[in-house]
Order: sequence, then C-alpha cells, then structure tokens
Amino acid sequence: MDARVRVGENLNQALHGLLGDDPGVYVLGEDLLDPYGGAFKITRGLSTRFPDRVLTTPLSEGAIVGAASGLALAGEKAIVEMMFGDFAGLAFDQIVNFAAKSVSMYGRRVPMPLVIRCPSGGNRGYGPTHSQNLQKHFIGVPGLSLFEMSPFHDNRAVLDRMLALEEPCLLFEDKVLYTRRMYEVDELFSWDLVEDVAVVRFDGDLDYALIAPGGVAHRAIAAMRTLLLSHDLAGALLVPSRLYPFDPAAVLPLLGQVGLVCVAEDGSAGGTWGSHLAADLHTRLWGSLRRPIRLVSSADSVIPTAAHLERDVVLQDSTICRAVLEALDG
Amino acid sequence: MNRLADEDLALLLLIRSFERKLLALFERGELNGTTHTCLGQEYVPVSLRPLLRDGDWVFSNHRGHGHYLARFEDPEGLLAEIMGRKGAVCDGVGGSQHLHRDRYLSTGVQGQSLPVATGVALHLKRREPGGLACVYIGDGTWGEGAVYEALNMAQLWRLPLLVVVEHNGIAQSTPTELQMAGTIAGRAAAFGIEHTRVTSLDISEIRRHLAPLVETVRGGAPLVVEFATHRLGPHSKGDDTRPPDVVRSDWYAAYQAEHPDQSARLEAAARARVDAIAEEVAARPPAAWTPAAGSPAGWMPA
Ligand SMILES: Cc1ncc(C[n+]2csc(CCOP(=O)(O)OP(=O)(O)O)c2C)c(N)n1
Ligand SMILES: [Mg+2]
Repeated sequence: MDARVRVGENLNQALHGLLGDDPGVYVLGEDLLDPYGGAFKITRGLSTRFPDRVLTTPLSEGAIVGAASGLALAGEKAIVEMMFGDFAGLAFDQIVNFAAKSVSMYGRRVPMPLVIRCPSGGNRGYGPTHSQNLQKHFIGVPGLSLFEMSPFHDNRAVLDRMLALEEPCLLFEDKVLYTRRMYEVDELFSWDLVEDVAVVRFDGDLDYALIAPGGVAHRAIAAMRTLLLSHDLAGALLVPSRLYPFDPAAVLPLLGQVGLVCVAEDGSAGGTWGSHLAADLHTRLWGSLRRPIRLVSSADSVIPTAAHLERDVVLQDSTICRAVLEALDG
Repeated sequence: MNRLADEDLALLLLIRSFERKLLALFERGELNGTTHTCLGQEYVPVSLRPLLRDGDWVFSNHRGHGHYLARFEDPEGLLAEIMGRKGAVCDGVGGSQHLHRDRYLSTGVQGQSLPVATGVALHLKRREPGGLACVYIGDGTWGEGAVYEALNMAQLWRLPLLVVVEHNGIAQSTPTELQMAGTIAGRAAAFGIEHTRVTSLDISEIRRHLAPLVETVRGGAPLVVEFATHRLGPHSKGDDTRPPDVVRSDWYAAYQAEHPDQSARLEAAARARVDAIAEEVAARPPAAWTPAAGSPAGWMPA
C-alpha cells in the first residue's frame, strides 16, 4: 500500500487497472477525454490508453446512465462518471426505475454490473447545485447499493466488489478527498479494517464512537483530536465502504461498549442514511446503549456559495465536536 | 463594423472588464469557488438589450454575467454576489450561476431552464400578451432531453419563447463535433420552429436582423436564434485545454481596429470603473443570510 498516493490518484489507478484487466469494462461521462481527463481529473489518461471503451458523452445524464445500463444488460460492465453528483437527479429514473429494478423485475435475475460515480459534497464554494451529497435520495431502493470512497479503502478493491455484485451501485466521492492522502491518520490514532469497516481509534478505553462515510473521515478525525486533547474524551471512528445495505454485525461489539454512538454525515439533515442506520442500531443494541444514538449532519438547507455561509451549513469538524460534547453532557 | 453608440460600447467593455477582473481576482486567490466568464460573447446580450422589454423574462445559465449586466447594469451587486459581500443580489447564496432578480433567473444545471421558461411563456401568453420569455443556452446544452421536451410544448402551444443559443463551438472541454449530431437548425426544424443563425459581430446589423423576428415571438411563435460566437477564455478558470492555434474571433479586436479612439477612451473608463468597484466591494462586510431551515434530527445550529 503506497501511503503517499492521493485518493484521487488511487481511484485513477484503479480505473486504469480495471480497464487494463477486463476488456468488458467501459467508462462513460462528460469531458473525459485527454488532455482534460474529466472535471476532477479522475479519468486522466484513460481515453488515451483505451479509446474504444472510454467515451466522452454529450450533456445527457439520463441517456448516459441508460446507455451504461444497456451495456451491462448486454454482458459488458459500465462505469459512469457524473460530472457532479448533483446531476444524478437527471438520471434518477434510469437508476431507480430501470437499472435497479431490472435486476429483479423480470422474474429471474438480470445481472446489471453498473457503477455510477458521483463526485459529491461541499466546502469548495461551488454553490447550491454543485455541492450536495444526494445519498439520502437513493437509500432503500431494492437492487441499488450505495458505496462511498474513503481514504482507507483501496478503490480498485471497491470497484471490483461493486461490479461483482452485478447490481447497480452508486459510488459517492467527496471532492475534497481527491487531494488527500490514502491511509494517512493523525498520529494520535491507529487504524485497521474490521471486515468492510475501517476503524480509526484511540488505543485505550473509548468514551464514544463515530460512524461516518469516507468523505467525512477527516472531519471526524479532526473532531476526535480536539475531543481527546481538549476534553480528554477518547473515541473511535468507523468508516464503512458500503453504506447501503450495511451490515453492522462486525462492529456491534465495539459499539456496545461505548458511552455514545454518533453518526456523522455530509448530506442535509432530514431523512438521511444516519437516521436509517440509527434506527437499525437502536434495535440491535437496545439494552447496551447508554444513550440515544446522536445524528449530526449538514443543515436542513441549500448550500450557499459564499465561503462563510457555506461553512455554517456544511458539516464541519467543529459541528461533530459539539454534537459529541452535547450528547455526552445530556 | 458600424460605429456603436458610446452607451453600447461602454456596456460591452464594462462586461469585458468585469470578467477580466474576476479572472485576476481568482488568480490572486481573492475569489472562492468557480466562475464562467463570457469573454468574447459580450455582444450577444448587448445586441438583444433594446429588443427586450422590462416585462420580458430572461433565463440565464452558468455563463451569465453578461446577461445580467446587460439587463441591470449592476456590477456592484453581481460582484458582491460573487465575493459574498453585503449588497449581493442573492445574499451570497446563489453565487455566480444562481441569480434571481425581478424577471431574471439563472440556474447552474444545464437544460433546467427551458421547460421553466416554457411555463412562464404560457403565463405571459394568457396574462400579458406581447411579453416573452428569453432563454440563453449553450450548444452543449442541446444534449439534454429537457430541451426537446420544452421545444415541443412551446411549439404545440404556440408560446412566446425566444431561445438564444450561444454556439461557441465547445462545451467545457468538448468540441461540438464530439457532442452534437446534426445541427441546431435541423433540430429546430424538426419541431417546425423558426431558426435563424447570426454570424455577424456587428451589433447594429444584428439588431436590424433580429428586431422583426423578436416581434413574431411576441405574437406566439417560438424562435431559436443561434449566435455563432467564440469563447475567448477558459471554461471556468485555468481549464482551457484547446490547442493555442484554435480560431477565436474577438468582436472587440475587430472593432478596436476600426474605431481605436472611441475604444481606447471607453476601455480606460470601464477598467477604471471596475477597479474602483472591486476595491469598494472587497471592503464591504460579508453577506448575511440565515437558512430558513426546519430542525430535523442531525442539525446543529451554528
Ligand atoms: C446537467 C448538467 N450537466 C453538466 C454540467 C456541467 N457543465 C457546466 S457548463 C458545461 C458545458 C456547457 O456547454 P455549453 O452549453 O456549450 O455552454 P458554454 O459553457 O459553452 O457557454 C457543463 C458540462 C451542468 N452544469 N449541468
Ligand atoms: Mg458552448
């Protein structure tokens, strides 16, 4: 594992490797061709090496996902790059009412190896239509899995896993994460994988546990640092790669020991992955939980463009910190 | 090129200086986020300005600073919006590509605006006959299916919809040949919608040509006006991957050559005006805004 590589480079290398190893894999999206290589440069170099299978498309998100589904239906494998995850809205019907349903609605299973990559999240000043994480709108769709890119999960392994499911998968990619390093954590903590879940923790008794998708990992770790150094509170962070469906069995022992479980996520508050997960964990951990599971997310708001306004709306490390302190106080 | 009235050239150069200033501010790290300048395309909204009325609606897109300035001549409010300062048109929430003021609206998702403008045109037809809805879109935006759904309805219902296409031959990094089969004229023809292509860079000529056509729109005949134009700058900032020898005609270079004195005088004035505005706006306090949020679980008020 090369610890210096950036998360975006790791993803780029994963796509190179995948296209190189499997002649059935296609990549479709807007502005993918070199030298541009995609709006976030994740597809850089791919079109030069694999010109027949890396296709730049018109601005046609619905048809891009539809065409990718057609490739999958015909026995190929397709990876779609949404330029911004926000535009998955234009492909909602193809994702929810065709790709996901077609796996099972014809009576017998129709394999549909399809990945839709969604660069998501704010803190970049891109404004209300280019900064969201639309995750919550895709939770609970039969036949649709949700994954999130993380600094602890090798993207090649994640892509292989998604394609092997033979069901459509959304991969949420926090845009800020692209430039962070893989496998790097604050020296106060160590990390390990417990099955699918990366566990970043203080070595000792734990006061609380955070659960967060990969895009929130750095904000969560920064909050853990402050909580440890300024408030003497020791925590662990759990980062699953697959968010939905998510089987928490492997981490239940850890969650059952701590004084507080808090789910932190990037999307706007209300009807979120965290609320779904909390409902599940309340049932499974009833009897060992010491307090209600705490949710913390971005505000129930559009994401403003101006940096100072955006900071107040989008989840920050300070928001996580306050949520933990408030919950442990209460 | 025909000599322009000082007023027109001053507005054109205001837009150009404004856009240049934005790129300079970005380079100095004084702007955050993203922006799309209309360098080279300034003459499109300025040509249309006297053909549109206050009661008309204008729908703009990501490359909309020129559209906004040609409508309102409000560089202070726009810059404050882009810089997140007090006096911002939309309190710093919308930013460069989400503006709303009176009957002017822009959105950052391609293809969204055409169906919305169709609804507005339906309203105008019944409630304010003679009014129209003008929508600016780029060539790349013709990839979106919603564009065709809207054109079909507009023609079926004979709506006063004016579609202004700024065909600059590129969408972000993708040349038109790689993203459009056929032509815009052919697509309009498929719906039986009038189409006209404007290749001139001469504002007086353009106005003469378009004035009677825009009148037919007011009577309920949708129209597609396709400007053959050129994006001089990057898509947003620092992201121009076109080879340096790609042709980029600049209306201003042509005009300047023929009218050097007027150009020099008004360009100096426009630059000075924008410099002063930038300084004044930068010194303003940050824009204030509070989300009108409910309080579902998970939200920690700041
Ligand atoms: C639905 C949607 N897809 C993609 C984008 C990203 N994007 C913004 S502008 C643009 C290119 C638009 O090209 P065109 O319509 O020709 O306008 P131009 O930028 O040339 O003025 C793209 C791909 C978007 N904003 N909305
Ligand atoms: Mg264009």
